[in-house]
Amino acid sequence: MKPEESATTGADLLVKALIDEDVEVVFGYPGGAVLPIYDSLFKQNRLRHILVRHEQAAVHAAEGYARSTGKVGVVLVTSGPGATNAVTGLTDALMDSIPIVCLTGQVPTHLIGNDAFQEADTTGITRPCTKHNYLVKAVDALARTVHEAFYVARSGRPGPVVIDLPKDVLMNKHDYTAPPKVAFEHKSYRPQTKPDPKKIAQALEMIIHAKRPVFYAGGGVINSGPKASKLLTQLVHLTGYPITNTLMGLGSFPASDKQFLGMLGMHGTYEANLAMHGCDVMINIGARFDDRITGNLTMFSPGSKKIHVDIDPSSINKNVRVDLAVVGDATLVLEELIKGWKAKQPKVDQKALKAWWAQIETWRARDCLAYKSDKQTIKPQFALERLYHHIKNRDHYITTEVGQHQMWAAQFLKFEQPNRWMTSGGLGTMGYGFPAAVGVQIAHPDALVIDVAGEASILMNIQELSTVAQYRLPVKIFILNNQYMGMVRQWQELLHGSRYSESYMESLPDFVKLAEAFGAKGLRCHEPSKLDDTIKEMIALPHPVIVDVVVDQKENCFPMIPSGAAHNEMLLGPDDKAGKLSDEGMALV
Amino acid sequence: MSKDTPVVAHTISVLVANEPGILARVVGLFSGRGYNIESLTVAETDAKQSLSRITIVTKGTPMIIEQIKAQLARLVPVYRVRDLTVEGPHIERELALVKVRSTGDKRVEALRLADVFRAKVIDAKADSFVFEVTGSSDKVQTFVGLMETLGLVDVGRTGIVAMSRGGEPL
Ligand SMILES: Cc1ncc(C[n+]2csc(CCOP(=O)(O)OP(=O)(O)O)c2C)c(N)n1
Ligand SMILES: [Mg+2]
Repeated sequence: MKPEESATTGADLLVKALIDEDVEVVFGYPGGAVLPIYDSLFKQNRLRHILVRHEQAAVHAAEGYARSTGKVGVVLVTSGPGATNAVTGLTDALMDSIPIVCLTGQVPTHLIGNDAFQEADTTGITRPCTKHNYLVKAVDALARTVHEAFYVARSGRPGPVVIDLPKDVLMNKHDYTAPPKVAFEHKSYRPQTKPDPKKIAQALEMIIHAKRPVFYAGGGVINSGPKASKLLTQLVHLTGYPITNTLMGLGSFPASDKQFLGMLGMHGTYEANLAMHGCDVMINIGARFDDRITGNLTMFSPGSKKIHVDIDPSSINKNVRVDLAVVGDATLVLEELIKGWKAKQPKVDQKALKAWWAQIETWRARDCLAYKSDKQTIKPQFALERLYHHIKNRDHYITTEVGQHQMWAAQFLKFEQPNRWMTSGGLGTMGYGFPAAVGVQIAHPDALVIDVAGEASILMNIQELSTVAQYRLPVKIFILNNQYMGMVRQWQELLHGSRYSESYMESLPDFVKLAEAFGAKGLRCHEPSKLDDTIKEMIALPHPVIVDVVVDQKENCFPMIPSGAAHNEMLLGPDDKAGKLSDEGMALV
Repeated sequence: MSKDTPVVAHTISVLVANEPGILARVVGLFSGRGYNIESLTVAETDAKQSLSRITIVTKGTPMIIEQIKAQLARLVPVYRVRDLTVEGPHIERELALVKVRSTGDKRVEALRLADVFRAKVIDAKADSFVFEVTGSSDKVQTFVGLMETLGLVDVGRTGIVAMSRGGEPL
């Protein structure tokens, strides 16, 4: 064999590198610039390619895959429009710290900068919406770049990484270099994962001497791996302290546990938010004091000492000044805290803790998620309660779109385990949930995967019904159809004198027929009394199903902390009127 | 952090891999997050290891400065971030080229002041000089200010380069 025959093309080499990175699935969409890669994919059977129907959906599917497995999600798109279509997904993954490697085609190197056909400055466009990106200019750098990209995507605080691949690089020949056998060491990027023992000791002192403590755990615990959730649960049990989760942290602590206060934040529970407001020691593990969590910063938990555990030093003291920062991976930090706690066998102030729990119980007794039920119309909360009733005893994965239904899902579905809940938290991307569900179902073919959707959001990536049909994915789309962009309507009602400007969903499709058009099953339910049967039918069907649940159009999502307000200025229900919002508050998103 | 927290200028040195797009990453970080850049200089300083050094002068409250440093350190091609303003004594230098066109008394005065500022004449024509002046930004600014009445026509400034005092590397 002549040497040039033994050498591999860039595209073949890329596929090899992906296989060596344990990639099993690639979500993608072909085009001119990536044809060599598609040709290489055609010639092998180790990597499975899932053909989505829009590049944004490829990234969300990869996110769903990543978040439900803990692995890196992989995306393959063409140059120009393929890459620009992926931008929303990349931004979403960046905001929620989801490990993604996105391969984008590019025009050949000699044409870069020429406004060539389907050329876009992909590294320029994606620089602010990726953790890092690469333009591979020569085939000899390709394999190394791929291995580095996977390392960067999954290590430290995970995130999306783009590799831009000019077509000539994909066609040139070069020998393959396998990934390093030893743990990858990047020359400049060295995230700190092991916590400083001194900080651990200080944290323990603060935790032990707390009188009104609260754990506040976020997506960082999930990203750290399932072990972190186990350890968190163990530590919370050891201490006997209350715990709340962020939207991204749901599932890191079992929701049915007595110590769980529910989600906190803008639509969090009364008890969680007031515990945050009134605590004397706050133990933040893997959360980032996002504005949806803190509300008005100047009034945020005014009397507490704050501990912040985060793998990303830039999250520390960004919004909220903390008293103790512990930089490290949640798993390692929790391990050390548990070790320290067990070694000390500390006597916490049980009297103070009892009084604190008694206080929390009075807040809990307000039953802040209560809603007025109705015999004629289905309340969205009721629909989710019934959904949960029917799925709680089987393994299930929930994704959501964005809006009221998302917040209700966070409130009414209970998560007992990590990696079962995928939602667009940071970016709030309508159209996330359905493709994310596709990714989850690919990773867990036999599991029950449900996208809790709004009728507006679902239309943003509805084309994926075709993907679901092609791969016979039994994804369930559970639409809470209120005929409104409900969350927009709610804000207009509260802040803009009920002027419902452009938030009514005119000319909606017949979702049952729409499902049928794609070979899926469509179900519709109007009546509360028939809901159980509909849900049971949905679960029993081995196909993709759209359930159009016609719900109350006027229902609002409570509790709610209006923008610019503090945790103790929460609206609990429709009868609570928002105080006059400051101009500053009105200007907030 | 209250609004009246003092805004202070900090000189930050950043050691980076000299690779395409690195400057765009740094500048994009500042513009994207709304930070100030008062001055920025960059050049390769180690060809063998392909390292560049970026010196940034930026202004902000202590919390913002802390953020800026953490955000810089988080960039994948960044090796080290040092805040020279808080990490012990350091020196700052800037270089400027200053073109002055004048004749007679003004020309003589320009030359005399250049001497006081130890500025070098690096180009001379019958009715013009180009001076090279180095020193602290203040000194450079003062010199440029003095030239304004003496026929200043053009200024080019490098921005600040800085280094800690003593034998330690960045
Ligand atoms: C891509 C995108 N565009 C706009 C928005 C702003 N937005 C947030 S919620 C919402 C309405 C969602 O309506 P629907 O999906 O029906 O959910 P509901 O609130 O009614 O449950 C809109 C428009 C968004 N989050 N994402
Ligand atoms: Mg709706």
